[in-house]
Amino acid sequence: MKLVLEPRAHTPTWLNISLPVLALLATLVLCSGLIIAAGAGVLPAYGALFKGAFGGKFNFVETLVKAAPLVFTGLAVAVAFRAKFWNIGAEGQLLAGAMAAAFIGAREALPVWSLVPLMIIAGFVAGGLWATLPAVLKLRYRVDDVVATLMLNFVMLYLMLALVDGPWKDPLSGYPDSPDIRMDAEFPILLQPTRLHLGVLLAGITAILVWLLMTRTTLGFAIRAVGENVRAAMHGGLPVKRVVFLTAAISGGLAGLAGVGEVAGLHFQVMASLSPGYGYTGIVIAMLARLNPLGVIPAAIFFAAIATGAETMSRTTGVPVFLADVIQGASLICMLVALLFTTYRLRVRGGATTEIGNVES
Amino acid sequence: MNMTDSPLPLLEMRGIDKHFGGVHANKSVDLQLFRGEVLGLLGENGAGKTTLMNILFGMYQADAGTIAIEGRSVSNHTPADALALGIGMVHQHFHLVPRHSVLENLMVGEPGRRGILDEATARKRLHRIGSHYGLELDPAREVSELTVGEQQRLEIVKALFRGAKILILDEPTSVLTPQQTEGLFQAVRAMVADGVGVIFISHKLHEVLSIVHHVAVMRRGEMVATVTNDDSVTHRRLAELMCGRELQPLTKPAVERGRALLRLANIIVDGGRGHLPKLHDVSLNVHAAEIVGVAGVSGNGQRELAEVIAGVLMPSSGRIEVDSVLVDRASPRIMQQHGVAYVPEDRIGDGLLTTLPLSDSMVLPRVHQSPFSRLGWLNGQAIRQFVKQQIERFDIRGAGISVRTGMLSGGNLQKALLARELAFNPLVLVASQPTRGLDVAAVEFVHNRFLELRANGCGVLLISEDLEELFALSDRILVMYEGRIVGDLETKETTPTAIGLLMAGSTEAA
Repeated sequence: MKLVLEPRAHTPTWLNISLPVLALLATLVLCSGLIIAAGAGVLPAYGALFKGAFGGKFNFVETLVKAAPLVFTGLAVAVAFRAKFWNIGAEGQLLAGAMAAAFIGAREALPVWSLVPLMIIAGFVAGGLWATLPAVLKLRYRVDDVVATLMLNFVMLYLMLALVDGPWKDPLSGYPDSPDIRMDAEFPILLQPTRLHLGVLLAGITAILVWLLMTRTTLGFAIRAVGENVRAAMHGGLPVKRVVFLTAAISGGLAGLAGVGEVAGLHFQVMASLSPGYGYTGIVIAMLARLNPLGVIPAAIFFAAIATGAETMSRTTGVPVFLADVIQGASLICMLVALLFTTYRLRVRGGATTEIGNVES
Repeated sequence: MNMTDSPLPLLEMRGIDKHFGGVHANKSVDLQLFRGEVLGLLGENGAGKTTLMNILFGMYQADAGTIAIEGRSVSNHTPADALALGIGMVHQHFHLVPRHSVLENLMVGEPGRRGILDEATARKRLHRIGSHYGLELDPAREVSELTVGEQQRLEIVKALFRGAKILILDEPTSVLTPQQTEGLFQAVRAMVADGVGVIFISHKLHEVLSIVHHVAVMRRGEMVATVTNDDSVTHRRLAELMCGRELQPLTKPAVERGRALLRLANIIVDGGRGHLPKLHDVSLNVHAAEIVGVAGVSGNGQRELAEVIAGVLMPSSGRIEVDSVLVDRASPRIMQQHGVAYVPEDRIGDGLLTTLPLSDSMVLPRVHQSPFSRLGWLNGQAIRQFVKQQIERFDIRGAGISVRTGMLSGGNLQKALLARELAFNPLVLVASQPTRGLDVAAVEFVHNRFLELRANGCGVLLISEDLEELFALSDRILVMYEGRIVGDLETKETTPTAIGLLMAGSTEAA
């Protein structure tokens, strides 16, 4: 018995829809072994996980609030990867956006009405500029984009740490945190008394805008074409370098918006623990979403739900919180396997049967 | 033919049936191969030859039908089983490890003894096979240093090394020069004398007829004829069997040559430090209603010439005029705007977006223009309509607009590329090897489009290594050698022999 992969002529729609669901189910089945090992019941544990993530208004909002930065970084990575600009630097771009937002949000001189829009713009620009640096290095000096974007994350992280431990240190508390932004600069809460802030809505709208950009505009077309075949794009007359540069700027800008949301909607300041690796998780989100901007939303909600639900699960069933990491990791692997089946089909074959059944001819 | 030792066929495939989604790729196909026989397998692109061979080699499994090798039925086999059963296949695209030596490549997949590779024995066998069949190779050389012809030789040796009794050669001559082809044929004859059965897949009919004993012809998934290669078989009859209709001979009406549409003057392209220039003082004119052929052995500057005109490659010096307008700082987009269309030699690598929908590939160069987009927004409806029209006009098969470009067969890919480049009535068309790898019907189609362009007053620069094609289509033939144009001859006043001599660098014929 052998399993063989055969290429598919085309992918049926039902497969594109059902495979991610199957991947999710496979993940849960795979991880149930660990739950049993932890001495809990599988169904109660998953039940608690689900309830912790979606049960009740507060839990659901917490999940959405956690998902918002992941939507932004997921979009950032999805756009960049489409053009084969390997932006591993969403983390640093997020921090750049957060710092720009914190800076603008604390300006007393600015009129109240301009604060929120200016923070959003400044965050986008800061993240975008930070991402164009590796793009220029790549385009002009052929510096590897993976290495450059990754390393610049640490540059930005330590730049921020230096700022909050130096010039930006909060004079009131003395902690290495930046001063709070003005009250008027905080994102409005959409649903009192929860933490559902404007940034969550913004994330959803941005996903739709990015989807429109990628599917309905000539720039999106160019991004796809450059990512698919640089030579064909160049022969076809597309300004390849400009496209890569713009892709990097948009990607960085989107990651910057994640930082804006965290500052303006949640923390109201920048500090060392601002991002628990949202930029890196964005890579996983984008892969889970198969680089589809709309797919980023469910992928981000799924990741956020696992993270919020795991606390409840741990409290009620005693399964360690770390199971959340295992589920997230396993889901990516299951998704990648599922992806394989969109382009290949599996055939079962026996071994060669030459010895059995001679035919006379 | 040597069939005396056994009346049993070496290979018998019966009633092979295979579907791919909605495509019926093989319809109850029968095929027989005997010991010491060369069987030619002919068919248009997409006729089902490759599917049939992949089934034989265990890459796919047939939906129905039986395969027997020396009378023993084989089913459910994998490529590894196929190799063990003595089936060897040399694909069009080689499967070699470039950074490994010849010997290491041979030993890939060899079990070795207790995990230790037996290099000495392998080296001896390589030498024996090489000298016996005239397929000598230096075991220590790295594959990346081998020429294409040598890589193919290695693939064949690899198959023989594993004890192939049945050898499938998929378009083996498409990468070879005439001399290399002769060498390959000698090796095939030696193998056949030893009782190996060879299945020879090719589009080049005269080559097929010079080597095979029988010819099997497939059309649209069916085996339509199996004929013995004797005097009654002609080039023309095989071509007609393949496409299922009579082929019209090309008619090339006399057309008055018009004004100069494309003028290159003293173009120089540097070859990089310490190298000869790629293009050395190249000047040429292409007039309206004229097809200018460019002959030459590949690598003598044809690619650079095409890329300079397409705006992809910047010449170090020289002038380019299109329709008497000087083009400064050419880029692909600027050349398009001047009315230059370009069909690159590497149509997949340079022309198309294989994993994206066909519609994306077909609007690529014009996506920024009306009607395909306005102010940066795509007009999906206009794109779909355009692509549908072109699919119909150029009879692009196996394609809906949303099908991934890469799913199309070679001939249809070329049609798609041509459709795209010709859609906006170019002034000048530069086409590089436009019929390479295409079947008879597709070649006929492409040639007729070129003649149509000529009749409509377009200037065509046709770069080709196929002299037959150049003589059939061109009004004038330029010959390139080492980056220079060494001959500019009226087609009517020259002969293939004269062109061939110029191509080889001889100056007497001019």
